Amino acid sequence: MTPFSSITSPGVPLLRDNIDTDTIIPSREMKTTGRTGLAEGLFAPWRYTDAAARIRDPGFVLNQRDAIGTRLLLAGRNFGCGSSREHAVWALAEFGIEAIIAPSFAPIFKGNCIRNGLLPVELPEAVVRGLVWQMVTIDLPTQTVNAGGETWHFAIDPEAKTMLAEGLDAIDLTLKQKPAILQWLASDRQARPWAYLENAT
Amino acid sequence: MGHTLFAKIWDAHRIADTAGGAHLIAIDRVFLHERTGAAALRRMAETGRGVLDPTRVFAVMDHIVDTRPGRGDGTLMPGGEGFITETRAAVRAAGITLFDVNDRDQGIIHVISPEQGIVLPGLTLVAPDSHTCTQGAFGALAWGIGSSEAEHAMVTGTLRMERPQTMRVTFTGQLAPGVTAKDMALALIAAHGAGGGAGHAVEFAGEAVNALDMEGRMTLCNMATEFSAMTGIIAPDAKTFAYLAGRPYAPEAFDDRYWATLRSDPDAAFEREIVIDAAAIAPMVSWGTSPEHTIPVTAAVPQGPERAHHYIGLAPGAPLAGTPIDAAFIGSCTNSRISDLRRAAALLKGRRIAPSIRKALVVPGSLAVKRQAEAEGLDRIFTDAGFEWRMSGCSLCFYAGGEGFPEGSRVISSTNRNFEGRQGPGIRTHIASPETVVASAIAGAIADPRLLAAGEARA
Repeated sequence: MTPFSSITSPGVPLLRDNIDTDTIIPSREMKTTGRTGLAEGLFAPWRYTDAAARIRDPGFVLNQRDAIGTRLLLAGRNFGCGSSREHAVWALAEFGIEAIIAPSFAPIFKGNCIRNGLLPVELPEAVVRGLVWQMVTIDLPTQTVNAGGETWHFAIDPEAKTMLAEGLDAIDLTLKQKPAILQWLASDRQARPWAYLENAT
Repeated sequence: MGHTLFAKIWDAHRIADTAGGAHLIAIDRVFLHERTGAAALRRMAETGRGVLDPTRVFAVMDHIVDTRPGRGDGTLMPGGEGFITETRAAVRAAGITLFDVNDRDQGIIHVISPEQGIVLPGLTLVAPDSHTCTQGAFGALAWGIGSSEAEHAMVTGTLRMERPQTMRVTFTGQLAPGVTAKDMALALIAAHGAGGGAGHAVEFAGEAVNALDMEGRMTLCNMATEFSAMTGIIAPDAKTFAYLAGRPYAPEAFDDRYWATLRSDPDAAFEREIVIDAAAIAPMVSWGTSPEHTIPVTAAVPQGPERAHHYIGLAPGAPLAGTPIDAAFIGSCTNSRISDLRRAAALLKGRRIAPSIRKALVVPGSLAVKRQAEAEGLDRIFTDAGFEWRMSGCSLCFYAGGEGFPEGSRVISSTNRNFEGRQGPGIRTHIASPETVVASAIAGAIADPRLLAAGEARA
């Protein structure tokens, strides 16, 4: 995973509340069991007037010239709600989105972002609205968003910050604690023998 | 200071604290499906990592399987067969238990996991499926994750997690006749927003929750993700014991002493508390494109986001009841269990759906539910009334590109999501209880189920 440090990009607005992962990547656009080949399906219901024929809707913000090459989306409350499909994050990342600023995120989507190097930034709704089409710099080490000479601080869980900043593979990180895990399992097996299954096929 | 039910399970599974301030939480059960689990299995195979304990991992084909009789690996979703065959091969290679397409116990994860006794009180259970919170009804900590975290849970037996805050939602009093667990969930989300539970693990409590049977409790917890909560959980009681006794994967004897501790202490503090008067809840129906766009069936459409009004084709001030519908769906991990089908069939018996309904489906949540329903003759009631009777699966809870509703349909649906395009491009979805689906299908328009059977239907 690529480490995240800072990005500068225009703030492309998708300021609706409750944008769900079905809209970010519809089930019918998830065509393989892999994590690639998803960018074309990103926001398919809004991006195309005819998704099957890939005819673009010129009215949709990501099809506008100013949004080409954007690395940053601005969104409304509860962004990424709905299905747990990580394909939504894979599609955004493959499209080139590296950060999303919104008043709040749905929890599974937020977790999926962290695991894939995509930074979710939570800022008050009024601040997000003020960033529309501005050139925005997001700096992870200092946890700041800068635009038009103003600076806002954002909160992020320390664990998530480390994961993003160092581009860590969480599994490798956790496997370093395997002795502690095995020790816990051994004692738990004594305490809760009923929680263990031996006869699965 | 006492502890919450959530804290007791969380702390019992806390192996270590990470350098970043998260907790390393032991995961007792992982459940996969062919849609998002396939990606986790593929990555695991690519990286050469194995499953720490395959006896604690389960998989099922539920999301894109065909639900028409006589099905095989073929599915109406374009390219869908590849998900099924690839998942099967990967599951076998990993030594994971699979409920395959035509196994007698196949069904939707959150229906079959309880049916099989795989979820148990006090366990941690995760799946790359947002409705895993359904299983919190058993006093387990059960929540949805992404494919990467599913891989993490399989390989390490753990997840790295920030501890969520806790919220208690107390439903006081008793539900009125004709009002169900689904209406409770929708009333909560309507009042407090689709993002209202974000950052929180929610415990459902109170007289009306205690009065629910296990299947009603599952319906209530199922919608916790529609509230953006990490999960929903209900303290286990005698009903929970009775439900799980004798299930294939449940232990022969349970740890009674441990079980008795699985409840929030009387002096436990929650970071947030919400109290709802259950007696004041009416049958609820969504009017817009978020579960928070929900009102009593008797109410008029309120002013909402312009886009939602435009998509759904209902103006502010319009009465919701009486809105003509084109299609009806009973199924999904929310409302596809035997009690749901019994209540729906009881209302439907001897009646027919309106001639204007172009497609009406009943999709049982599992093949066990299907067999039970057929033994009770429910399938005949549905088919005599004009519904199609299907094999089990997620079906048209969402649209995967194959089978759909007729173009432009307005659908009354027992599912959990009314998002734009969720059931197909341009399809307008109204989510409601199975009772409301049946009443509306008979009327050919959104209808109040209480008018059909005063005092009979009850969750």
